[in-house]
Amino acid sequence: MVGKSVVTLDDLSTNQILEMLHKAEYIDAHRKEVSHTCEGRVLATLFYEPSTRTRLSFETAMLRLGGKVIGFAGAQLASVTKGETISDTLKTVSNYVDVVAIRHPKEGAALVASRAASVPVINAGDGGHMHPTQTLADLATLQSRFGRITDLTVGLCGDLTFGRTVHSLIETLCRFGNVRFILISPDELKTPQYVIDRINATPTCSYVEVRDLASVIGDLDVLYMTRVQKERFFNEDDYLRLRDTYILDEEKLSLAKPHMAVLHPLPRVNEIAVEVDDDPRAAYFEQVKNGMLMRMALESSVVGDDLPGYEPLNPKEVQA
Amino acid sequence: MEVTSIVNGIIIDHVPAGTSLKVLEYLKIDPSKTKLALIMNTTSKRFGSKDIIKIEDDKDIDLDVLGFVARQATVDVVRGGRIVEKKQPHLPEHVVGVIKCVNPRCVTTSEHDIKQMFHLVHSDRLEYRCDYCDEEAKL
Repeated sequence: MVGKSVVTLDDLSTNQILEMLHKAEYIDAHRKEVSHTCEGRVLATLFYEPSTRTRLSFETAMLRLGGKVIGFAGAQLASVTKGETISDTLKTVSNYVDVVAIRHPKEGAALVASRAASVPVINAGDGGHMHPTQTLADLATLQSRFGRITDLTVGLCGDLTFGRTVHSLIETLCRFGNVRFILISPDELKTPQYVIDRINATPTCSYVEVRDLASVIGDLDVLYMTRVQKERFFNEDDYLRLRDTYILDEEKLSLAKPHMAVLHPLPRVNEIAVEVDDDPRAAYFEQVKNGMLMRMALESSVVGDDLPGYEPLNPKEVQA
Repeated sequence: MEVTSIVNGIIIDHVPAGTSLKVLEYLKIDPSKTKLALIMNTTSKRFGSKDIIKIEDDKDIDLDVLGFVARQATVDVVRGGRIVEKKQPHLPEHVVGVIKCVNPRCVTTSEHDIKQMFHLVHSDRLEYRCDYCDEEAKL
């Protein structure tokens, strides 16, 4: 993976994704040992739109590996206001740093950046298109909760039409197989056909589409919540009628399995009641930690710095 | 309807009815600077109706572009008034610099020095998607 850019998760093989999960677990258990891994390295965080949590996660990941960070947050601060192209910015910044994390409102911006840069580029979100490290955080959370990312019943709830994290998670889980998806959404916000096609093309995966969360929550190992936004509805009555159906509270959670994990890409608004935070099944803040660990795994891997004491995953184990 | 035969040149046949001007545009053939005849919406045994483009003089036709914009079309090469070669375009895997992405959020709308690039996703559905934002191509 040395020198490799990660624009979408398709840039990583399933073995490489499993290796990243393994590395993240190792990093979590050996934080002190890995704290000098990237000494002398510099990460640039080029954030053309604000995303405080994602930027802090990328930056903390490099700092915890012993590296340093430069960058900007908000296009108004950048030379883009003077008309510089993404390509030119990346050609310039490549001379300064060892790895770049880019966030940009335009879809496909990370690909443009990766083609222009001479150092690895990690996509930190390009508009509504891709956000691969979010999906890595989701996978790491499943791995830490269940010790596996297969043989699970995964419920995805809320806005399944526009939620890129949902599409990316489904597509990535399909690459590993053996997942049963329960797609819980109002008719207005159902899963797009190309994502359904992806599930259908995976013989070991299946799906059902339902409208009511409470009726299926007892079957789930994982509940991935997303926000149902008012502006997605044609009329307010429909929104008001459906809004509460997709809010997770203690009452609905009481119907769930004792070891179900609740995930959410954050930020939440009101779709998960605050009372749920104290429930051991709430895994969404753990997801944030896993996101940082996966970014540490990714950053150290693409710059080619070995984690001290880390034993790579046995290829046979990877295939199993 | 009769159109004088060409002596040396090419005939693009089985062009979907009504699209020949668009096809010429994609092939970057300027009708104002090229000696050509268009037969539009004529009868086709195979497709019911079709357009035919006859071009006098040699012209390099980009078969990849033709395959992309008019998959069913064929190209006949005419020499001395006779068809000496028939070419069938194939669906190209990649299409570069032919059409623009219609997604207003695509990076190609703001990053003007990059080429418009599409890749074939589904050959039966003739589905192409933008390399950058994955939006489906629209002609």
